Amino acid sequence: MHKIGVFVCWCGSNIAATVDIDRVVAEAKVQPGVVFAKDYQYMCSEAGQNIIKDAIKEYGLTGIVVCSCSPRMHEATFRKAASQAGLNPFMVEIANIREHCSWIHKDKEEGTEKACVLMRAAVAKVTLNTPLKAGESKVVKRALVIGGGIAGIQTALDIADAGFPVDIVEKNATIGGRMAQLDKTFPTLDCSSCILTPKMVEAKSNENIRLITYAEVEEVSGFVGSFKAKIRKKARYVKEDVCTGCGVCMSKCPSKKGLNEFNMGLNNRPAIYIPFAQAIPNVAVIDSTQCIKLNTGKCGLCEKVCTAKAIDYTQQDEFIEEEYGAIVMATGFRPIDASKFDEYSYSTCKDVVTSLELERIMNAAGPTGGVLLRPSDGKHPHSIVFIQCVGSRDVSGRGKPYCSKICCMYTAKHAMLIRDKYPDVEVHVFYIDVRTPGKNFDEFYRRAAEQYDVDYIKGQVGKVWEEDGHLVVRGVDLIANEQIILNTDMVVLATAIEPDPTARKVANMLTASIDTNDFITEAHPKLRPVESPTAGIFLSGVCQGPKDIPETVSQAGAAASKVIGLLCKDKLTTNPCVAHSDELLCNGCSCCEKVCPYGAISYDTHLINDHGVKETRRVALVNEALCQGCGACTVVCPSGAMDLKGFSNKQIMAEVEAICL
Amino acid sequence: MSVNDTVDTAVNAAAKEWKPKIVAFCCNWCSYAGADLAGSSRLSYPADVKIIRVPCSCRVNPMFILKAFERGADGVILCGCHPGDCHYSTGNYYTRRRMTLLFSMLDYIGVERERTRVEWVSAAEGARFSKVMNDFVAKIHELGENVKVGDLRCKQ
Ligand code: FES
Repeated sequence: MHKIGVFVCWCGSNIAATVDIDRVVAEAKVQPGVVFAKDYQYMCSEAGQNIIKDAIKEYGLTGIVVCSCSPRMHEATFRKAASQAGLNPFMVEIANIREHCSWIHKDKEEGTEKACVLMRAAVAKVTLNTPLKAGESKVVKRALVIGGGIAGIQTALDIADAGFPVDIVEKNATIGGRMAQLDKTFPTLDCSSCILTPKMVEAKSNENIRLITYAEVEEVSGFVGSFKAKIRKKARYVKEDVCTGCGVCMSKCPSKKGLNEFNMGLNNRPAIYIPFAQAIPNVAVIDSTQCIKLNTGKCGLCEKVCTAKAIDYTQQDEFIEEEYGAIVMATGFRPIDASKFDEYSYSTCKDVVTSLELERIMNAAGPTGGVLLRPSDGKHPHSIVFIQCVGSRDVSGRGKPYCSKICCMYTAKHAMLIRDKYPDVEVHVFYIDVRTPGKNFDEFYRRAAEQYDVDYIKGQVGKVWEEDGHLVVRGVDLIANEQIILNTDMVVLATAIEPDPTARKVANMLTASIDTNDFITEAHPKLRPVESPTAGIFLSGVCQGPKDIPETVSQAGAAASKVIGLLCKDKLTTNPCVAHSDELLCNGCSCCEKVCPYGAISYDTHLINDHGVKETRRVALVNEALCQGCGACTVVCPSGAMDLKGFSNKQIMAEVEAICL
Repeated sequence: MSVNDTVDTAVNAAAKEWKPKIVAFCCNWCSYAGADLAGSSRLSYPADVKIIRVPCSCRVNPMFILKAFERGADGVILCGCHPGDCHYSTGNYYTRRRMTLLFSMLDYIGVERERTRVEWVSAAEGARFSKVMNDFVAKIHELGENVKVGDLRCKQ
């Protein structure tokens, strides 16, 4: 027997001005199941809530309907009041007669009629509500950070500082990421490795952090609070705990043809190598495609010279399996392939380089020892042309439609550094717009243009070609409105950045959504910028969108604090409005499993008692902790076994009927 | 003559009297919030539209829509997040495909195409919500009462 109470709120005059409250109350009283109806000026106030609580106790109400503002506003308030009075909070329904009624209708007659219909629908629904109980799930107190660049390192350090163990999984042989490749950082021009390497060392020595380098996450299952990950640790052919990083093997290795990835392929490295001097871990790795011993069985020189006996040609990939409460994506970026932009002759002229390549050329540890030299002939250049927005803000489909955000600043930095060190070098910069919206950024750019006499030309470049040992750049000067042709020695392309190609794979594994450019989508672009819509997955750094180092670091800290907030909890309460399957009806067809975006549905064989007939059947099982309650499965279920608690087929049908009465 | 007159006025009166019944399913995350925003911005649309909240547009079973028509609804509109923005990432893609199929089937059995609609309305698009609803109701007025699918048992 239902005993429903209906409570109609005036919301001052917000509702009462366009809805005849008395009529709604009178109408409510005659609805089937309703035993009590009352109005009040402000139902959400303390006094209003007391009316509800008292009525629940006095009349032993089994369900209540509050006709008031949007449930997005006060559903939680009324649910709490109900549970304080001993009624299951999910026996509360809200009829939205403010936003959906009184505020949009002027005619009182019309408004009142509609309010009555909305009330009727809510009553029809609440009579079919069932008490629900929020479940609980455990929280594994360990975090996984995917990516060991500055974003990943900072996130891990912050989590570790709060006392939780963290694993960093890095696909390369060392942590450090892109920031390790940079020479100086804008707008302060401090040296990148001077600020990064201490952090790398800290990550290595922090007892709460475990570095898993040269490794990739292969599989992730589970859900917020208890993910399970399988990590492949690729064979390095060097025992990590034995190698001392002395580097003797590198000097003796006869195979020296491998492209030095750290220097953007500007020079070569041996088959056994340590990526760079400050690498963490400072352990050699063998490039299996270049190693003579691994490919032909001959050589073995490194094994002979290694006094620590760290070389092991028989090493195999290892697998690590671990449970995590939260996962942070910090997969970072790479510059796009400049050879797609043929007009700049990147693939044919050695002296056309990308900005990251220039970064290595300028770096004291780079291929030229920090001396600015033309890659083609090793001569000192007398003029350099920078081209901005190569592949950024490009809607033609060749490049990226977005602004890569950092290029204006690093180009200004390069221009300034070159002018500072080599005042004889002329520097021209072609730009579409100069975008410098950061702290001290515009001052920095102006310094480059004004103090260092960098020639900024508003306009784009149409073509770059080689002629008699130098480069010719043809572009337009939009302000002078004329075509210009410049003879120059080097061209630097400020290439767009794109998410690291592994991001897509990782995102799929984690069921984190990605946008059309493969950046990971945040749960809310403004209010939840470091969380993925998938619970328990957090975002740090450029994987979410282009950003510079300070922004990356602050986002990393934000992601860490979200992770800490999660790991601090002992239990998570789960949303009880989840799908569930009726064993008797389920035919085990797997349709629901295929549409579930969360992998929440699995199958099991159960012994079923179907009206006295006992048989084992394959039936669907919903993992309530994983299910987010979208209801996709309920519609595809051909036998009607799947239903959604709180929004069941019957409930929605009842609403439809009440509205169409 | 006079008889005709009375019939005419009766018909006119009936036409004026007639209020379409319109069911709008709105997903909780975008469209329902969009409707709330339309409300708080006081952007009016006809009172004939009654909203049912569902977690996601993909929760709407074609049965609900058939039920609405069976019970005499004159139009059914389904609103969800814009493609790509579904709170559950992929829900509205299912909705889009499913409803294309359903609507063409409804069309086939005589429920005009214009009586059913899928619209994407984000939480920020209060103005769009009200415009969509005004539009839809105007269309239903043009089409008049839906007589094609009705549960005859209910009419008696
Ligand atoms: S949540 Fe809005 S359409 Fe899925």
